[in-house]
Amino acid sequence: METTMKSSKVDKYQHHDYYLMDELLSEDHLLARDAVRDWVKREVTPIIEQYAEKAECPMHLFKGLAEIGAFGPSIPVEYGGGGMDEMAYGVIMQELERGDSGVRSMASVQSSLVMYPIYKYGTEAHRQKYLPKLGSGELIGCFGLTEPDHGSNPGGMITNIRDDGDAYILNGAKMWITNSPVADIAVVWAKDEAGVVRGMIVEADTEGYSAPEIHGKWSLRASITGELVFEDVRVPKDNVFPEIKGLKGPLSCLSKARYGIAWGAIGAALDCYDSALRYALERHQFGKPIGQFQLQQKKLAEMITEITKAQLLTWRLGQLANEGRVTPAQISMAKRNNVHMALQIAREARQIHGGMGITNEYPIMRHMMNLETVLTYEGTHDIHLLITGMDVTGLNAFK
Amino acid sequence: MKILVAISKTPETTAKISFTPDNKAFNTDGVQYIMNPYDEWYALVRGLELKEANGGSVTVINVGPPANDVIIRKALAIGADDAVRVNAEPLSARFVAEQIANHAKEAGYDLIIFGKETIDYSGALVPGMVAELLDLPFFSFAHYLEVDGKTATVTRDIEGGEEIAEAELPIVVSAIKGMAEQRIPNMRGIMMAKRKPLNVTEPVGTQGDVEIVAYTLPPEKSAVKLVEPENMDELVSLLHEEAKVI
Repeated sequence: METTMKSSKVDKYQHHDYYLMDELLSEDHLLARDAVRDWVKREVTPIIEQYAEKAECPMHLFKGLAEIGAFGPSIPVEYGGGGMDEMAYGVIMQELERGDSGVRSMASVQSSLVMYPIYKYGTEAHRQKYLPKLGSGELIGCFGLTEPDHGSNPGGMITNIRDDGDAYILNGAKMWITNSPVADIAVVWAKDEAGVVRGMIVEADTEGYSAPEIHGKWSLRASITGELVFEDVRVPKDNVFPEIKGLKGPLSCLSKARYGIAWGAIGAALDCYDSALRYALERHQFGKPIGQFQLQQKKLAEMITEITKAQLLTWRLGQLANEGRVTPAQISMAKRNNVHMALQIAREARQIHGGMGITNEYPIMRHMMNLETVLTYEGTHDIHLLITGMDVTGLNAFK
Repeated sequence: MKILVAISKTPETTAKISFTPDNKAFNTDGVQYIMNPYDEWYALVRGLELKEANGGSVTVINVGPPANDVIIRKALAIGADDAVRVNAEPLSARFVAEQIANHAKEAGYDLIIFGKETIDYSGALVPGMVAELLDLPFFSFAHYLEVDGKTATVTRDIEGGEEIAEAELPIVVSAIKGMAEQRIPNMRGIMMAKRKPLNVTEPVGTQGDVEIVAYTLPPEKSAVKLVEPENMDELVSLLHEEAKVI
């Protein structure tokens, strides 16, 4: 598979840093960023178009992501993480998504939605048992919150647990779960008999657990997505996170993941811009490069302006995250702004590429289709707007 | 086994090359830098492989200003144990070779590995000079290096074949493609690199005895001329009169 699906395409990507943002990053951040960029050029670019075209997950990349340390980079080293800060996590996600949003999703889920809750809410035994193996890629995890009828309103979830002595009996179904068909464990959120949301680790080989794959996606085609179905699954009480109760548990995980997406979207935008800029200088019409025409320059100038603004936004967000001061609403603003920005840039870049922009010779259409998912997963574009609205007015428009 | 790997900093491979107005120096504005790929991918990685197989240590050395610390940290993140930076601008091959030889003479290494050349100035001079200054055997442009006890086996490409040589350690080797495979540092390595020693020393001797008179860019490639398939006569006359190849 790997050999047959490897193309000889050279990844000519060059970083664009219009406001010299690199000067605001530390040596570790630059090293982390460049390491992931090298890895993406070597491992992702040569294969990603073919996997996306076949709607197949490049499973071997899980091992590679683990090897470079993309799983749990900000989890402490003693638990198998990288011991890095939030800024490092951000630049790693940016570079992965420069390759493909699906590959970034593989790492986001493992890091922010599986390792983070186990680290933050799990017992010491949970940490010891699962985190090193998740960090090394020996175990793949997934995160079950969204349900078929409860997406933007997770509080309405019907997945539930019933007390049965030394275990809980878990019933229900989760939908749109990245990595679920290949996951060894799932971090699942379900209501107890009092209607309180609880988090737990469910091992995939437990009886009554299944994770059918969702087919027919025109987006994130190189990422595997599925359902989680629980039919009288016995979850040992020891597997339940002891302290955290209510939606703030899963929402704190989503904040982590959204933070990574805010960075990741810049990666996708940079790749589209980079390709469009090169194409505009190489492609000649009417005897000159199309980059010499005002309408193409307008597109390129607006792209780099928006990318630069997004870079400044995420850098500040990273600083606040490192200081432990970032709020979920601040993350919502950056996720919403940056994903929308990236999607607009993908569309403009597609126009600059003309017909070539729709082919797999260029990454544009793949990024564009991926970003359609990124626009609504981990909180939709509209919901994030309402979060900002609620934050500034103090008034809740959800209810 | 004590191994020394010399690393240098070069412009990123896609950097736009231009010169200062007097054409006497490279214009560094907006240029991003990397570790010289021959040093990183082949010399350093082979050094690490030999250490992993035989025990010992890998030290990296760079002659350069403080801004070079980032590529030195990268070498430490990839796996080198410690580093030395000689705090001076590397203005001539002889000056750089003197700094490296001076350090190696004091520290005593079994093996000193270089990339075959830096990808910017492509001089390929330093490894041979270091070998000469230390009075050690030198194997240039090697694609294979194995060590068994105190004996090294080195294979080099020569016209129409290969040359296989053996020598007692210590030796100096310059590495080409094929010696090893690129290693990408991982996050844990990057964090560990922060705690590894990077010793800064001051240079010995004086800067170069060579003056650069001017740099020039190669002539621009001329535009491609397209000839319609039916105009064979035009093609033949262009090949004859303009390209002068027939």
